[in-house]
Amino acid sequence: MDREKLIAKLKEIVAPYTHDKEALAKINQTTDFINDLKINSANLVDVILDVEEEFDIEIDNLEMAKMLNVNETVTIIESKLKALDRE
Amino acid sequence: MDKRVVITGMGVVAPNGVGLTAFTEAIKNGVSGIKHDPELERLQFSCQIAGKPELSDELIAQYLTDLERRNFNSTGILYGIIAGMDAWQDAGLTIANEEEPDWDSGTIFGAGTSGIDKFREAIYMVDELLVRKLGSTAVIQTMASGISAYLGGKLGLGNQVSSNSSACTTGTESILMAYERVKSGQAKRMLAGSTSDSGPYIWGGFDAMKVCTFKHNEEPEKGSRPMSSSASGFVPGSGAAALVIESLESALARGAKIYAEILGGHLNSGGQRGSGSMTAPNSIAVQRCIQAAVQNSGINTWDINVINGHLTATAKDALEIQNWAIALNRSAENFPYINSLKSMTGHCLSAAGSIECVASVLQLQQGFIFPSVNCEDLHPEIAELVNKNKITKQIIHQNIDILAKASFGFGDVNACIIFKKYYNG
Repeated sequence: MDREKLIAKLKEIVAPYTHDKEALAKINQTTDFINDLKINSANLVDVILDVEEEFDIEIDNLEMAKMLNVNETVTIIESKLKALDRE
Repeated sequence: MDKRVVITGMGVVAPNGVGLTAFTEAIKNGVSGIKHDPELERLQFSCQIAGKPELSDELIAQYLTDLERRNFNSTGILYGIIAGMDAWQDAGLTIANEEEPDWDSGTIFGAGTSGIDKFREAIYMVDELLVRKLGSTAVIQTMASGISAYLGGKLGLGNQVSSNSSACTTGTESILMAYERVKSGQAKRMLAGSTSDSGPYIWGGFDAMKVCTFKHNEEPEKGSRPMSSSASGFVPGSGAAALVIESLESALARGAKIYAEILGGHLNSGGQRGSGSMTAPNSIAVQRCIQAAVQNSGINTWDINVINGHLTATAKDALEIQNWAIALNRSAENFPYINSLKSMTGHCLSAAGSIECVASVLQLQQGFIFPSVNCEDLHPEIAELVNKNKITKQIIHQNIDILAKASFGFGDVNACIIFKKYYNG
């Protein structure tokens, strides 16, 4: 799956938690979940649970702590999919 | 100097009516909200009837955002939010802007349990080693202060935001706590109220204690029978109600509608001494609570025109009325009107006090006494204490000046509040 597609999927996942809908429309690799999308920090765990479900992967605590923006999140998803040979 | 305190807004989510208009119609006409509950039957409860507010998805969507409704499983918080926001709107109050809270407004919103269904869901996940899958919603829906936290955020309250809990006294206590805060000038207004979860996990314990009736599973509307000689236990209920408690000064300054004045009240406990225990009232404490409320309100015992009792439909109803008679020094001939809302709603537990206070205030404001249904066979001990024309089975339209409301709860706790009609001055 290419980055564009991954970001499109991620956009659907974060949509319900996003308070800035304009920032969501312009989502890209540099978008930050809290500062740009105005996602409540408590909801970051919900975003990660939804990512796990969508891609059927498991994310550990250390990786979770890094998933604060689109770039890091997509990188982690890519590496997980690669490891599982499900690119 | 102490402030005079009035009620400027109300909201209610009751088994026999959601919203002030529907609820007012229901209590005037003696409409029961008790129904057969298939889930209680499936789970082999002795009591298979209950009073549960009916809410449509469309209505819920007006109060909770799409995000808030994700993984939401707390009936008590839902009822409390609807009642609280309705009361705020009814009082003509606006919601604080995005940046600054309303420092002059707070809430005391009580609950017995919070999100008991959500808690059950969370416990199963933890036991299945899935703690990480709980997400962010378990804590906020199960913390005891969940309801006040939700309301505080929705309304932007910047004064005290807290939840009280004192079993079936909770709702009446929340109003008295809010009253004290406004009276002392620490807040201009407080949203007071209480809520109670629905369902088998809250009602099961009462069913096991055999305090709920099991004789009316085939005729739900006849099941809740306060003051009746065939009363055989309470019918479990749920819901919420809220009242905006405001200083008279503030209410007049903003031209608010005034439902009634709170003259005063009292809270106490029997200490589980004497005739009192965890589950039974110490009658001396009940009498003292009523008398102290009268004294605190600056009225005389004979000023009380109407009593809205706790009256749950257990064997204790006659004892409660005897306590009122002793505390107010009344005989059968001069006993005031007395009614029980539980005949129509069942016992809404931690929500009972607030729902019944809303019903009490409506009577004062509109000048009526709502009927107590299902007491056509008045208990003989009660008949000796009260002239039977003071326990009405039909609505009576009559001006009421002063009404006393009491609630009693497990833990041997008592609350009594005195409401007065407001006459523009």
